[in-house]
Amino acid sequence: MNSPIKLQPDETFILNVGPQHPATHGVLRVKMEMNGEYIVNAETVIGYIHRMHEKMGEVKTYPQFLMNLSRMDYLGALGYSHGHVLLIEKASGIEVPERAEYIRAIMVELNRVASHLFWFGAFVMDLGGFSPLMYALQDREYILDMLEAVTGSRLTYCYFRFGGLYNDIDDDFISAARRFIPRMRKSLKKYHKLVTGNIIFHKRLEGIAPLSQEMCRKYGASSAVARGSGINFDVRKNEPYSVYPEFDFDIPVFHECDSLARYKVRMEEIEQSLRIIEQGLDKLPDGPIMPEKKPKLIKPPPGDYYQAVETARGSFGIRLVSDGGKTPYRLKLRSPTYSNMHLFDESCRGMMIMDALAFMGSLDLVIPEIDR
Amino acid sequence: MITYFTDIYHGLISLFIGMGITFKEFFSPTVTVSYPYETLTMCDRYRGHTQLIANEEGKPNCVVCGLCEKACPSNCISLAGEKPEGGKKKVLTKYILDFTRCSLCGSCVESCNFNALEFSKEYNLASTRKEDFIFDLLKRLEEKNK
Repeated sequence: MNSPIKLQPDETFILNVGPQHPATHGVLRVKMEMNGEYIVNAETVIGYIHRMHEKMGEVKTYPQFLMNLSRMDYLGALGYSHGHVLLIEKASGIEVPERAEYIRAIMVELNRVASHLFWFGAFVMDLGGFSPLMYALQDREYILDMLEAVTGSRLTYCYFRFGGLYNDIDDDFISAARRFIPRMRKSLKKYHKLVTGNIIFHKRLEGIAPLSQEMCRKYGASSAVARGSGINFDVRKNEPYSVYPEFDFDIPVFHECDSLARYKVRMEEIEQSLRIIEQGLDKLPDGPIMPEKKPKLIKPPPGDYYQAVETARGSFGIRLVSDGGKTPYRLKLRSPTYSNMHLFDESCRGMMIMDALAFMGSLDLVIPEIDR
Repeated sequence: MITYFTDIYHGLISLFIGMGITFKEFFSPTVTVSYPYETLTMCDRYRGHTQLIANEEGKPNCVVCGLCEKACPSNCISLAGEKPEGGKKKVLTKYILDFTRCSLCGSCVESCNFNALEFSKEYNLASTRKEDFIFDLLKRLEEKNK
């Protein structure tokens, strides 16, 4: 093609991707220095939806901060709330009934499946395939309906409480969840047939954006980004919390290090989450969902506390420094996507722009969670 | 040369699988509803904005203890009450919910010990004016009772 602009080999131009761009899935801006179709340098610019969650944590009382956590990551909200309640329970020594812990695990796993389904649809849409998004959203809708019937909301849940839960689950939920598992397994087969086996999909992802283990360690990457590079790390297994040691599940690890490996890890994770939900429903004990003895006012004793959980996007850490007051002295939120995203700047150098966007999709970025 | 033809072969297979699934889905039942002509019923626990619960006489259950006001993380509730002459209990005179700030966490409903607050099932709340979202819940209750 005859372009009116002739670029010299060492001549570059700046391309702005975002802050409003469908490929960045939110208000993320990427400043790319390009040489033709190739990226010479890239810089991610964040902070467009910074909402001071950490500062809010310092001025609000502990129960008042509960709902903020689900606003961090709107796709996998329950995982973040789980980390928060576990931390405060650990700090103030609140015993959680077993039933509540099981229900929490089931809910978090359902939310993880919903989050991965949305990612799956959006990722394939980034690569130019539209219909898988519709199929994925249909399956996700079943989960959202189930969660709505129990928690009352579809995305930004405020379901977990210090010591237990807001509502108990009923038989309708259990039967709906049992019906959902085989349906989801059937859909997974369909997705593998339609997408994983597709030759265009393979050509777009195989061998693209290789991430070495050193790179993952350097930036503190977790979730499928690390597991797609052969690092066997999952907080649920490495630092077990809640009732996860009771469940029998595997951590999918792939050693190819490319975008396809990251895709495969997440698809396999859906299957593993279904296994956990199945076991959770089988083992679900009877009993209360809130402890009998619970302090009326939450005031953790002075000290430094930390809790990590595995959310849909990776290892989420929350650190609390308490001075014994009604509000925390400091609340630090370590968000997994923040670390995962910063890989992008260094890894995409020399890549073609279409590959870089596919790579960005495989990182599963949720921008509100980066900016928090 | 061989990879060129194998790619075409695999591409054709991918194409037929994709078409097959699309064809199958084409004849599967519709799962969506055409809102606003059809609507779904909201589930029992659906969280809309809060509303006051009335007793048998149609008066609000609220005793103006102010716990909901304190529990709210976003300061969106303001209420006032007064003691009527000769009466023992406080009577609610004003209950304003600033829905522009509410995040539907449910802290107010949970903090209430007098069964005076509940979630409504309203979700058709669109307006171009901010004032439309500052609800006078007492007025809403009176309108509902009419």
